[in-house]
Amino acid sequence: MKNRSLVSINDYSKEEIIRILDLAEEFEKQPRQQILKGKVIASLFFEPSTRTRLSFESAAQQLGASVIGFSSAATTSVQKGETLKDTILTVSNYSDLIVMRHPVDGSARYASEVAPVPIINAGDGANQHPTQCLLDLYSIRKTQGTLDNLDITFVGDLKYGRTVHSLTMALCHFNTRFHLVSPVELKLPSAVKRHIKDAELQYEQYTDMNEVINKSDILYMTRIQRERFPDQLEYERVKNSYNLVNSMLTDAKSNLRILHPLPRVNEISTDVDSNPMAYYFQQALNGIYVRQALMASILDNK
Amino acid sequence: MSDKRKELIVSAISNGTVIDHIPTETVFQVIKILGLNKTKNQVYFGINLESKKYGSKGIIKISDKYFETEEINKIALVAPSATLIEIHDYEVFKKSSVRIPQNVNKIVKCFNPNCITNKEDVDTKFEVFYDESGSLKLSCHYCEKNTSKENIVFI
Repeated sequence: MKNRSLVSINDYSKEEIIRILDLAEEFEKQPRQQILKGKVIASLFFEPSTRTRLSFESAAQQLGASVIGFSSAATTSVQKGETLKDTILTVSNYSDLIVMRHPVDGSARYASEVAPVPIINAGDGANQHPTQCLLDLYSIRKTQGTLDNLDITFVGDLKYGRTVHSLTMALCHFNTRFHLVSPVELKLPSAVKRHIKDAELQYEQYTDMNEVINKSDILYMTRIQRERFPDQLEYERVKNSYNLVNSMLTDAKSNLRILHPLPRVNEISTDVDSNPMAYYFQQALNGIYVRQALMASILDNK
Repeated sequence: MSDKRKELIVSAISNGTVIDHIPTETVFQVIKILGLNKTKNQVYFGINLESKKYGSKGIIKISDKYFETEEINKIALVAPSATLIEIHDYEVFKKSSVRIPQNVNKIVKCFNPNCITNKEDVDTKFEVFYDESGSLKLSCHYCEKNTSKENIVFI
């Protein structure tokens, strides 16, 4: 994977995904190693994201790399009308690897085609977010002991939620049974369902999550993201569709774990937080290890 | 008027390519897709011509030009019924139908308004596939969204 960009989770084969997860396990045991000393990582966040940005920057710094970049396009030449291509070409001169988040769909693929250095996509619009996907896979494997043959339930905004899209595609390698819970307006797009069908796997769609909680191994909750809706009325109609409360988990399987890419709003009540099934905060911590594994394998030929 | 006379409504060419059975309404799109509006070759075209098979059809004749398969297949999206005839010395040398290509580059706009190809100066690239109901879709190389046939807009 040396010097290769990661734009979409589909860029990696099943074996490559597993290799990153195995390497992440090593970093979990020892996250502070100076293996990227002397490397410069550019962190370009054209759209704000506290969690992903800090996770990347912390991961890089714990490996000894230095980090340059910006956390919002407002203070950069983008405001002066600079094109993405020009920004990327310029920053390539100053860095060994670019981590970028951008509000436009497909921007990361385009950047990877113009940049002489590898690009890690940290989210491009409503399209892909492959490192979130890797940390989700890592969390699933860690809590279930396997990735194979699980009942995985996605709840919430399956239409605009890019983490759902990436994770669904990746899980197609692992014989997953998909349970898709969403308001009718926010169903999983056909482009993503196509991957499930191509892998000859099963999915079922629901509008009520109570129907499926008790047969799930993983409950993957998502926020209904106001910023992704072209139509604010549509957002108002569906924003409070789901609210997981602790009492709904009484008869859940004991191995059930609740994941959420965070930030959450009201889709998981705070009374769930102390339930041992709640895994979303540990999940975020796992992001450090998979991002370390990824940067190390791209820059260091691990 | 004899059948022979009708054939000559659009002049015969000695060498070159005839694209026949183009739906009348897409002749100008075909001209644009193939860049014939900028060519130095002689081009004749006709629209609203009688066709036994289709009722009405368009035809384009280009002198001294032969197309690569990939190039000509681009027009399959707008003129799937088109026939391609290679003329050598006034004789039909080869006749073939157009086929929908596997990749469609630069000629179609991505349907997704938030796609990078609609925001910056980036050439579009699509992979052609058919969904479960058999309808043609274009999958964008950049934003990974699908543009369905009804939504195809040519650049």
